[in-house]
Amino acid sequence: MREIHIDRIVDAVSKMVQTANFDLGGDVENAFKQALNKEESPTGRDVLNQLLENVEIARTERVPICQDTGFAVFIVELGQDVHIVGGNLNDAINEGVRRGYKEGYLRKSIVGHPLERKNTGDNTPAIIHIELVEGDQLKIHMSAKGGGSENMSFLKMLKPSDGVEGVKDFIIECVKTAGPNPCPPIVVGVGIGGTFEKAAYLAKKSLFREIGKRSKLPEIAELEEELLEKINKLGIGPQGMGGRTTALDVHIEIYPAHIASLPVAVNINCHAGRHKEVIL
Amino acid sequence: MAKVYLTTPVSAEEISKLKAGDQVYISGVIYTARDAAHKRLVELVEQCKELPFDIKDQLIYFVGPTPAKPGKVIGSAGPTTSYRMDKYSPTLLDLGLRGMIGKGGRSQEVKDSMIKNKAVYMAAVGGAGALIAKRIKKAEVIAYEDLGPEAIRKLEVENFPVIVINDVHGNDLYLQGAEKYRKY
Ligand code: SF4
Repeated sequence: MREIHIDRIVDAVSKMVQTANFDLGGDVENAFKQALNKEESPTGRDVLNQLLENVEIARTERVPICQDTGFAVFIVELGQDVHIVGGNLNDAINEGVRRGYKEGYLRKSIVGHPLERKNTGDNTPAIIHIELVEGDQLKIHMSAKGGGSENMSFLKMLKPSDGVEGVKDFIIECVKTAGPNPCPPIVVGVGIGGTFEKAAYLAKKSLFREIGKRSKLPEIAELEEELLEKINKLGIGPQGMGGRTTALDVHIEIYPAHIASLPVAVNINCHAGRHKEVIL
Repeated sequence: MAKVYLTTPVSAEEISKLKAGDQVYISGVIYTARDAAHKRLVELVEQCKELPFDIKDQLIYFVGPTPAKPGKVIGSAGPTTSYRMDKYSPTLLDLGLRGMIGKGGRSQEVKDSMIKNKAVYMAAVGGAGALIAKRIKKAEVIAYEDLGPEAIRKLEVENFPVIVINDVHGNDLYLQGAEKYRKY
């Protein structure tokens, strides 16, 4: 058993929620630059240039890339040989969020009750998914997930007979429906298989993958490429104002399914793909 | 696609010259409001009460900024998705609101109301909040402080960059732009 004190977790989380918001990952920035080379629309190029300049300002001045500093979503890989001491893991993560959002002057965007809608004032609670894995490490993945793109997410229980064509049609339809709302260029996260909630979780999890990284399964990697090409032919373009760059990537995760079902979930991320990870 | 410099307040005549796709640089005062503030404004109208600011010929920016760091005017301040304001916008347009700034598509009802009232809808680049904040020179909460990021702020802006999405002639850049580049 390896012991990890919660103070280390609180500290790591409070730092990572801030850097995630100030310092956009290199994968996204590279994707902007590549898109700029291919973008035919003058307005589209103008938008991409503004996004690149914005990333630079945010990084040097340590201000948030986007004013929606998001719901703090965590995927935690907890090694089964880790013993958390000093308190519990969920509280530690929430405390880290509370501190980080305050110290970093990040926006508090969470309401404590979905119908009464009073702001909790500290951006907690976070969304925390814990996966138990082998080993004695604690790996924390964090995403600051904006509401605008989260709202453009969809789930459908397809029939097995709909097959891969049905899956493709549904994904393309989702991107069309979302149009300019989730701040294109977007990353399209897809979960196929499992149950209702499993598909949604897989779609979210796929968004934690770096842009440009393909699925390890050859047939799924091919599907990702095909969909990316099709989506970028839709013409939606940067900010939906017309152009070639609608999506920076498509990520798909799959899971075994019931003989009667073919669930497909689409979770869209905006260009502000703010992810960080730390290993304790 | 013209470059246009606008100073607020804006007359119906000036706004009618704008075309979908124009790049507009706004200077002067604009007001912020998003979901919760819109709800309150429309409630005031329904109760025939006075609004916290004179809306005629003004522009509303759909934004909920991050808190300002010490010594700064405002935090990150990019647009929020506009369709959530669709339910409220026609009421405000009827009172003479001349334009709205946000991101994402609007409902047919809002588009019709803009044509009828001679108003436009413009988009700022979503997710470019750090860059946009640099064009905001002053910010002051004038109503609903309890709403935090959703309070109504009076902003003084200089060359604030937006692109016209819906003009008074019924053009829509989101529809026409995507159509132009569509290959599938
Ligand atoms: S969709 Fe993303 S980039 Fe756009 S406003 Fe929301 S968080 Fe920011």
